[in-house]
Amino acid sequence: MATTAVSVEPKNYLNAEYGIRSWLFTTDHKRIALLYLVSITAMFFFGGFFALLIRLELLTPAGDLLLADTYNKMFSMHGQVMVFFFLIPSIPAVLGNFLIPMMIGAKDLAFPRINLLSWYIYIAAAILYLVCIVTGGVDTGWTFYTPYSSLFSNTHVVEAGLAIFIAGFSSILTGLNFVVTVHRMRAPGMTWSRLPLFVWSHYATSIIMLLGTPVIAITLVLVVLERTLNLGIFDPSRGGDPVLFQHLFWFYSHPAVYIMILPSMAVVSEIVPCFSRKRVFGYNFVAMASVAIAVIGFLVWAHHMFVAGISLYSALVFSFLTFLVAVPSAIKVFNWTATMYKGSVSFSTPMLYAMGFIGLFTIGGMTGVFLAALGVDVHVHDTYFVIAHFHYVMVGGAVLGYLGGIHFWWPKITGKLYPEAWGRLAAVIVFIGFNLTFFPQFILGYLGMPRRYWDYSHMPEWQALNVLSTAGASILAVGYLLPMVYLFWSLRYGKPSGDNPWMATGLEWRTASPPPTFNFDETPVVTWEAYDYEKMPLPEQEVTLER
Amino acid sequence: MVDLLYIFLVLLSTVATVGIAITILIFGMKYRRRHGREAQQIEGSLLLEITWSVIPLGIFFVIFVWGAVIYFQMRTPPRDAAEIYVVGKQWMWKIQHVEGQREINELHVPVDRDVKLIMTSQDVIHSFFVPEFRVKQDVVPGRYTTLWFKATQTGTYHLFCTQYCGTQHSGMIGDVVVMNPIDYQNWMSGGTVTGSLAQNGQTLFQQLGCSTCHRFDVQGRGPNLIGAFGKPVQLQDGRTVMADENYVRESILVPTAKVVSGFQPIMPSFQGQVSEEQLTALVAYVKSLSQQPAGAAGGPTNNPSPVVPAP
Repeated sequence: MATTAVSVEPKNYLNAEYGIRSWLFTTDHKRIALLYLVSITAMFFFGGFFALLIRLELLTPAGDLLLADTYNKMFSMHGQVMVFFFLIPSIPAVLGNFLIPMMIGAKDLAFPRINLLSWYIYIAAAILYLVCIVTGGVDTGWTFYTPYSSLFSNTHVVEAGLAIFIAGFSSILTGLNFVVTVHRMRAPGMTWSRLPLFVWSHYATSIIMLLGTPVIAITLVLVVLERTLNLGIFDPSRGGDPVLFQHLFWFYSHPAVYIMILPSMAVVSEIVPCFSRKRVFGYNFVAMASVAIAVIGFLVWAHHMFVAGISLYSALVFSFLTFLVAVPSAIKVFNWTATMYKGSVSFSTPMLYAMGFIGLFTIGGMTGVFLAALGVDVHVHDTYFVIAHFHYVMVGGAVLGYLGGIHFWWPKITGKLYPEAWGRLAAVIVFIGFNLTFFPQFILGYLGMPRRYWDYSHMPEWQALNVLSTAGASILAVGYLLPMVYLFWSLRYGKPSGDNPWMATGLEWRTASPPPTFNFDETPVVTWEAYDYEKMPLPEQEVTLER
Repeated sequence: MVDLLYIFLVLLSTVATVGIAITILIFGMKYRRRHGREAQQIEGSLLLEITWSVIPLGIFFVIFVWGAVIYFQMRTPPRDAAEIYVVGKQWMWKIQHVEGQREINELHVPVDRDVKLIMTSQDVIHSFFVPEFRVKQDVVPGRYTTLWFKATQTGTYHLFCTQYCGTQHSGMIGDVVVMNPIDYQNWMSGGTVTGSLAQNGQTLFQQLGCSTCHRFDVQGRGPNLIGAFGKPVQLQDGRTVMADENYVRESILVPTAKVVSGFQPIMPSFQGQVSEEQLTALVAYVKSLSQQPAGAAGGPTNNPSPVVPAP
């Protein structure tokens, strides 16, 4: 490589090549991670905009801001964008992509070109979905329940279904890449029992992506075929079964909840030991809990269908299995908490997100227990209780983990420090805004407010709680926008972070920040356990800060 | 029952969440980073892991059994419950009483009486939800689902559709009016009623020509339907099925699906020729051939006499 310009900076993956082509044709997992970061952030703001309109409509009981059909499209597209185009790819495609090769001491993922292909597939799917939005949108709810989606909706179900079908392949390829990479690309000495828990959790996630995603893909194709060719798969008047759709849909979409939450657990399992300066409590149990969640998670899908007309005895079985899947999640929460015990805890921004995650995920998990209890589920099913529950898991859990991870590895990704005070402030705003938005919805649900209601003029007493929720949403929006601002700011004005500002133990921290294109100048040889914080000195800034 | 478990769960969740939160905060404060104090490395504790796996598992098991018992009762209607038929459509609830009354988006029931709803939809999936009664059941096209309740206080209660069903989903609402027996009798005797549901079914049974094969005097080309409902039926392929509402419904719409042993699959399908309400009437009629009706909503004194098959 002949350098023409005099460069003071050492070569890294960001300045190794310039120009748009060097990004669009890159096979570097770190650059692909950044491509994903930009794409999913864009989709997040689409989904967030829809959420904003939903909350504004519900500010008053009457359906006065949007038309009923528009409102129905808003919640449908909010769900589909957030689930399929933001949450599913979020941590795996951005942080997983960036970090997994570095954490195991590899130069790249096993299939760098397939990795780039998966991003292009994602982009193709996202563009098709945006076309669907622009040409009129879709109103089936994110769940596409038949026969409404297959026979009755007059909206662009085919485009939306195909977009999600295509996005699925992106997810499958990412999962495949991770599984092969973890099996084949580990550095000498990086045994399975030395793998960071981040990698374990992503491994479990990848298994779900590989085994589950084909099912949703086929299911959506069946909906598309029923719409276009009038096949009688779900249409009862042609001998089809509308409830069959729900089985197929949830066979993927329940495990998909774990695709969203396991990577967040992965992030928390890195942050908590680092900011407690301790090895993680019960490494084996946390690692195996991830695998257990992935396996049992495939056996609980019909708990979404307790009032759908399934038999009494299958409801009993699925209820019981659902309680089982709660146990490994509880184990994780206890272990993270115990990790702080006798540690040396610092309330840095990533740690605030991690602590927020543990608290909110506990609420999300416990309210899941309400829903697993058959008798209670009948009452709160399809009400705002369910909405609140899964937002506690997917926003309080998945999104907080994502934000925590972005902050934790921001110095690694960019080589810059973000302003810590702003970081802590944003974390607190997100926490408060989130709770104010979604906690009132538990009460609304118990009072009987059904989900997907555009107009609640018959129940004006529900307004107060809805106003609180909308107020919370606007605070939450500030909490989301703030990091956008200061993280961008830090790209230019942030202080250089040094290679390892947190003095964390992972292999990804034992190379430059930002890392060179092939991650390590020499392949590392691992002779230590994960989270070997005993031998790791405290970060310099912290020491001076506390003095 | 539901509320008791709900309150128990609220308390349990509060204890768990507050417990975790306080522990995190205490650890955060007590072990806050200070100069000169180092973290103490702890590998883990098998005893603790087992403790905090087994205790939640035990608690979850109790909740499972508790929730399952409630659900079992919800899904098992008492045998003598009064039956009312419900058809959902975009975007209204159509109610048919056994006595012949019909109403839309209103359901009148007597207080302190077990009421069983037999529900279906003529288009998409809906869900019948009365929050005050803590009951909910999806209403699925192509089959009957049931729900039962016993209202213990007179009054008017909200009825919601909770399964998203299109544009006016949030307008598919109504009232359940719980009346004392005398008011209910008055309500029942008001309005114009053209015969009970089973009588309407009987008329249809003849109009559609069902009666030419399903004869009651001598063996026809189809099975004799007297006494058939609610009993097991031996099928041609050796299986045995229960002749319930869903079986009667399927036999009208897809007659070849489950042919009774000893008969030829010659019956034509009535798919598309009968509306959901007419199907309901036919089912009610077939039912009336088998039993002293379980009892109309008005109570035992108001039982309509069984419809006697025309000779």
